[in-house]
Amino acid sequence: MKLTVNGTEHEVDVEDDMPLLWVLRDELNIKGVKYGCGVAQCGACTVHIDGEAVRSCQTAAADVWGDVTTIEGLGTPDAMHAVQQAWVEHQVAQCGYCQSGQMMQAASLLAINPAPTDADIDDAMNGNLCRCGTYPRIRAAVKTAATKLQEA
Amino acid sequence: MGRIGKIARRTFLVGSAAVVGGVAFGYYAYKRPVSNPLLNDLAEGEAALTPYVKIDSTGITLITPRADSGQGAYHVQAALIAEELDVELDQVSVDPGMPDPAYYNTALSAEAAPFRSTDDGFAADTTRGIMDAMMKFMGMQITGGSTTVPDSFEKLRLAGAVARETLKAAAAQQTGANVADLKTEKGAVILPGGGTLAYTELAATAATMDPVNDVVLRDPSTWRLVGKEMERVDILAKSTGTQRYGIDFEVEGMVHASVRTSPRRGMMNGFDAEAARVMRGVIDVVQVTDGVAAVADNTWRAIQAVNAIDVDWGPAPYPAEQDAHWQALSDSFNADQQDSRFRDDGDVDAVLEGAEVIEAEYRAPYLAHAPLEPISAVVQVTETRADVWTGTQIPRFVQTNVAKLTGLNADQVFVHVLMMGGSFGHRLEDRVVREATEIAMQMKGTPVKLTYSREEDTIQNDTRQIAMARGRGVVKDGKVEAYDLGIAMPSVVASQMGRQGLPVPGPDLQIVAGAWEQPMQIPNYRVTGYRAPELAPVSSWRSVGASTNGFFHDVFLDELIHAAGADPMEERMRLCWHDPSRKTLEAVAEMSNWGSDLGPNKGRGVAFCMSFGVPTAEVVEVTDVDGAIKIDKVWVAAEVGRVIDPINFENMVQGGIVWALGHAMNSEITYSDGMAEQRNYYDFEGMRLSQAPEIFVRGLENGDTVRGMGEPMVPPAAAALSNAIFAATGRRVREMPMNKHIDFV
Repeated sequence: MKLTVNGTEHEVDVEDDMPLLWVLRDELNIKGVKYGCGVAQCGACTVHIDGEAVRSCQTAAADVWGDVTTIEGLGTPDAMHAVQQAWVEHQVAQCGYCQSGQMMQAASLLAINPAPTDADIDDAMNGNLCRCGTYPRIRAAVKTAATKLQEA
Repeated sequence: MGRIGKIARRTFLVGSAAVVGGVAFGYYAYKRPVSNPLLNDLAEGEAALTPYVKIDSTGITLITPRADSGQGAYHVQAALIAEELDVELDQVSVDPGMPDPAYYNTALSAEAAPFRSTDDGFAADTTRGIMDAMMKFMGMQITGGSTTVPDSFEKLRLAGAVARETLKAAAAQQTGANVADLKTEKGAVILPGGGTLAYTELAATAATMDPVNDVVLRDPSTWRLVGKEMERVDILAKSTGTQRYGIDFEVEGMVHASVRTSPRRGMMNGFDAEAARVMRGVIDVVQVTDGVAAVADNTWRAIQAVNAIDVDWGPAPYPAEQDAHWQALSDSFNADQQDSRFRDDGDVDAVLEGAEVIEAEYRAPYLAHAPLEPISAVVQVTETRADVWTGTQIPRFVQTNVAKLTGLNADQVFVHVLMMGGSFGHRLEDRVVREATEIAMQMKGTPVKLTYSREEDTIQNDTRQIAMARGRGVVKDGKVEAYDLGIAMPSVVASQMGRQGLPVPGPDLQIVAGAWEQPMQIPNYRVTGYRAPELAPVSSWRSVGASTNGFFHDVFLDELIHAAGADPMEERMRLCWHDPSRKTLEAVAEMSNWGSDLGPNKGRGVAFCMSFGVPTAEVVEVTDVDGAIKIDKVWVAAEVGRVIDPINFENMVQGGIVWALGHAMNSEITYSDGMAEQRNYYDFEGMRLSQAPEIFVRGLENGDTVRGMGEPMVPPAAAALSNAIFAATGRRVREMPMNKHIDFV
């Protein structure tokens, strides 16, 4: 089957029910997307399909309905997305393992809702677990990113 | 080839060694007559160089051998070296000590044994048995046991200073200038005329010289980096998805494995893998100790296949049902099982006799570590060497255990430590490496990556200890007059060290850690540890014994203070005789404006615990929202001697509060049919973003010793929450997780 990831089209030969997560990580060697729980409980595997945040561990390869964007496609160290810039500015990460998913979730939130309230942020980000407990910084970084995007 | 310089007054010595194209600086550790498990495979008199700075023509590498599980250890170590070396953090690469083949091919010097990446990465704070032995030596001193950080604090700066001065000497030799006229800045020596020579241009010369060991560390007032806000060295990678972790590691020709071992932590009677063997991508099904592994061409296929194996598991070596675990603790409060009574002031029995005694019982459950990155390891075994790539806090044990399993010598086992996606103590165990090695031995030459499913990671977790405490106390004239606390738990140290084949004789200080050593002056004050029998496997969970005992000790104190009718803050301050500790209480009182009017349905609790030598006071503020508790705000003040990076410090403390409160609210591991009943984050929740309070942090610097802050924020947090819930609702919650007794928003 064909998959477009970060603007590049790939031909992959996998089972229909292989989760997109593992297609990305093991077949296409895109490692920014993380395995945390495998059952859509932690959000570490969050990617965008046509701009919408989805849990790639619960998205079967055959069901991918559009272009996939991973953290690598959101921005790069040389050309960061506003969300990534805010994550650097607030030094959000501790272990950092959940942060790809957090940033993908935040980017999707801000694309839909450019000026989220605290309650909006709580709702949107609640499915993304951070075992290091960086939540205070995630909240602050989402707000900073919102401001950056509005000014841009 | 450099040699060891003249011996200074120090107990360690910075040396240098030529490496391909440059020079490495580090310190030598000698085998001494006193047995030191860190240096077991060195002959007496032999030395190992642990390099901290490597410079060649391509660049400067700071080597940060202490493992990083997210706490910023690489960053802090790099900053300490860079402070004295005069380099900027964006000029250097930071390497956790991934062994460079150059080291193995270079005989360092006549005095030095071959380089080992693991000598220091082993890190004293990973071995609680050794910690406890140390604490025994230190007896009742209030300074406690954590000497790792102060050790690095000087050692790494010294390595940086010796490297800097040696590079200046090299510049003097190359240019004929006088060393006294040379300065250093941003990775270069500044010549008298204003010209510069980059360190990279001096490395080859420096490698031929004796290291300059006659250095004086700079005065803290002149520091450029330490104590200042810095950008963490890994923050860019971790903000762009480019950071690689153990689970991401790949090597040419690698196959993927996943494993299931007994969910009852016992034997495997047999298995039927017929269905698994014919699944797509499956290469083999092999046995490991007490379990079975599927090997496939992709992680998901390996997990699918191993789950398709029909296995007959034997019984658990501990009680099958949770109630029996609690019963075992309850039965342990007796003289035969008394493990320690290091605190016994006044005459507790006499005061309790005939008085109105306040009694309470407390419980704390088993808890999984559950870092977000499931455990994994890549192992390749050949006839002559084994390579291990994994995120571990105990590379030295890993090396020993892989050598034992494979029959290779320890110096044929190469442990490459990778970045960890959290640990909280989880990666102080090495079962994933042992199992990966067992698989790799059955397919020699092929690198095998073993990845645990989240479910397997949870079921096989060597959890935090289960613990129970019983308090009896008396109050008189508005004051706490007698305080008697007994704590029962299985020995974490015995369980953990037992898995490494190491006996730990004597009392286990962790049974009473966070309780017996509190700097409280209660006239009649006793803390007794009772050793419960070994139950389910237990291990070090962030703050170890203090994670349960900080809760027990302070909540019972709070109950007595309320019974006495005293103010919880003022009475703690009155009881606390240790000035730096009392200052943490004063700080949180001031930060939280303790005593101010909160309005309806709100309450505040204060708690104090000294653990790992760090006095920590915390205030939690909650609101009772129609019968459900919402945690609004937390204030933390901790005495750490020196804050190395204020941003990293604040983030870590806030995270530790989220960690402690999340588990206190809603998390436990329980056993039924001999198996952990929890499988994934849906039944082991922790805290979510919407529940996270505002957290205000202050690091105090009144002490003269710098201390680690990875754990001490944890023990008081659950106590402060329980105390706040009491203040808001009048209900006393004596058991974790607290959602068994009260709802949370």
